[in-house]
Amino acid sequence: MEHYKLQALRQRLYDILFQVLALVGLLMAVLVLLWLLVTVFEDGIGRLNRQFLTSFPSRRAEEAGILAGLVGSLAVVLLTILIAVPIGIGSAIYLEEYGKKNWFSRFIEINIANLAGVPSIVYGLLGLGLFVRWMQLDRSLLAGALTLSLLIMPVVIISAREALRAVPAGIREASFAMGATRWQTIWHHLLPISFPSILTGIILAVSRAIGETAPLITIGALTFVTFLPDSLHSAFTILPIQIFNWISRPQAAFHENAAAGIIVLLVITLLLNATAIYLRNRFSR
Amino acid sequence: MQQRAEASPQTMQSTAFGARRPVVYYTDSLIKSVLFLCALVSVFTTIAILTVLLVQSYFFFKEVSLVEFLTARQWTPLFAEKHFGILPLLSGTLLTSLIALLVSVPLGLAVAIYLSEYARRPVRKVIKPFLEILAGIPTIVYGYFALLTLTPLLQKFIPHLAGFNALSPGIVMGIMILPLVTSLSEDALRAVPDSLREGGFALGASKLQVSLSIVFPSALSGIMASIILALSRAVGETMIVAIAAGNLPQLTFNPLEPVSTMTAFIVQVSQGDTPYGSLAYNTIFAVAIALFVLTFILNMISFRIRKTFLAAGGG
Repeated sequence: MEHYKLQALRQRLYDILFQVLALVGLLMAVLVLLWLLVTVFEDGIGRLNRQFLTSFPSRRAEEAGILAGLVGSLAVVLLTILIAVPIGIGSAIYLEEYGKKNWFSRFIEINIANLAGVPSIVYGLLGLGLFVRWMQLDRSLLAGALTLSLLIMPVVIISAREALRAVPAGIREASFAMGATRWQTIWHHLLPISFPSILTGIILAVSRAIGETAPLITIGALTFVTFLPDSLHSAFTILPIQIFNWISRPQAAFHENAAAGIIVLLVITLLLNATAIYLRNRFSR
Repeated sequence: MQQRAEASPQTMQSTAFGARRPVVYYTDSLIKSVLFLCALVSVFTTIAILTVLLVQSYFFFKEVSLVEFLTARQWTPLFAEKHFGILPLLSGTLLTSLIALLVSVPLGLAVAIYLSEYARRPVRKVIKPFLEILAGIPTIVYGYFALLTLTPLLQKFIPHLAGFNALSPGIVMGIMILPLVTSLSEDALRAVPDSLREGGFALGASKLQVSLSIVFPSALSGIMASIILALSRAVGETMIVAIAAGNLPQLTFNPLEPVSTMTAFIVQVSQGDTPYGSLAYNTIFAVAIALFVLTFILNMISFRIRKTFLAAGGG
């Protein structure tokens, strides 16, 4: 009897030990995140002023700024949203509401899952071969936005499909029973109902697009831009590439610039992510 | 009879409906076609990726033999004396990715088991958003952290560590893929039916015993799928290694040395002014196709395992 009691006690101890272990591991990850944020903040906050936000890059670190990168990033991402969101939601609607369950829709489904797993740099080479060279868009804003659109499209499609699938079948049936066509049902009922979750997916995709660096380096976005993009065919740079350029330089002064740029980038992406998480927690169940 | 039919509201409605129907019908089928075209974009994306990669690397393989590409032990396409062996890039890629797995798998699995078997709702509500924040940080930020924060710190403990090395970006990549390992493994653990757990408890097993000897083995294939997917993500990760690994292709598995990876090489060439159509330009497409094939195989394996795992009822 004593023996079993002892054993049970020991198991209980292991139980607690494991939980402590897992939480300590998690705490370490939290600390690393905090450490990352604190170092970036410490390194960069001194450079983060009005001049930094409103200046073009410069050979002198203290005169350089992120204006071109910031405006370029916003322009590319805005264009990307305009391209990727309608097409992405459109294909999600087709696959979820119209597509019959046959080999073709299964093929598209597997294809999208695969595309979601293709490394972003491969999309960069796709953009280089297809948009920059073949369609002769050159290193333009439009080429960059098209590349990023293809990159985030799978994410938009997958999340929009999940959102549509979560709408109860009763809504569709009720709408059909009232004589509505499929599109009327989708437009008046399914899309409004699933809007918050679709929006969540879009925000997460956009946040990813803003942070992407590699694909736009490969399509040849410039690193030293002293003008603002004024048309779709204008050359451009983006904030992450500007940061990358500053990190790659040996001088510590440029590293401070990089850190300051990172603070701006982090504020944008974390705000977007927080909005998405908030939206989801608010509207799901 | 006819008069009555006309007077009845039902007929009125059906006439009205009948008059409107064609327009609505045509709109509907037009919209369906437009949506179908949207869905085709993803198919064209795949075709375009394959075409671009194959065509450009065809020009590469016209000048460099596939055997040399796969077996030569040096990678110096930008030097005067050119060698085109992808093995050094492959070893660098695998080295950094394996370091990332060494960091993320033990930690990720422990956290996943904790989240699925132990944690109560309020705790989960704190931990999940934290993991999502970790997943949402741009990789360029992780690259900065690896090069300028972690490497100097590691150098205090490891005196021989080079300023650029495989270790630091590997560790940081591990932190980056931690959320992926955790959330997919947690899904796999949650898919295990409760009856298995209850069976274990009925036999007097503790929670840890149930978690480790019943739930974990049952979810093993789902967990494998998540690890393979994380490996694929690490193999394709670009900016962290491009910044902190050193861009020095070496056939080595020493984590203290500078290395280059397939992705980092592509970035390195793209930054310079490589003329269109030159051999160096085509090189990045040959490397990209190797990268594409590698990640595709990993993704497929992961996809298959997960599918059979879910088909088996998660147990």
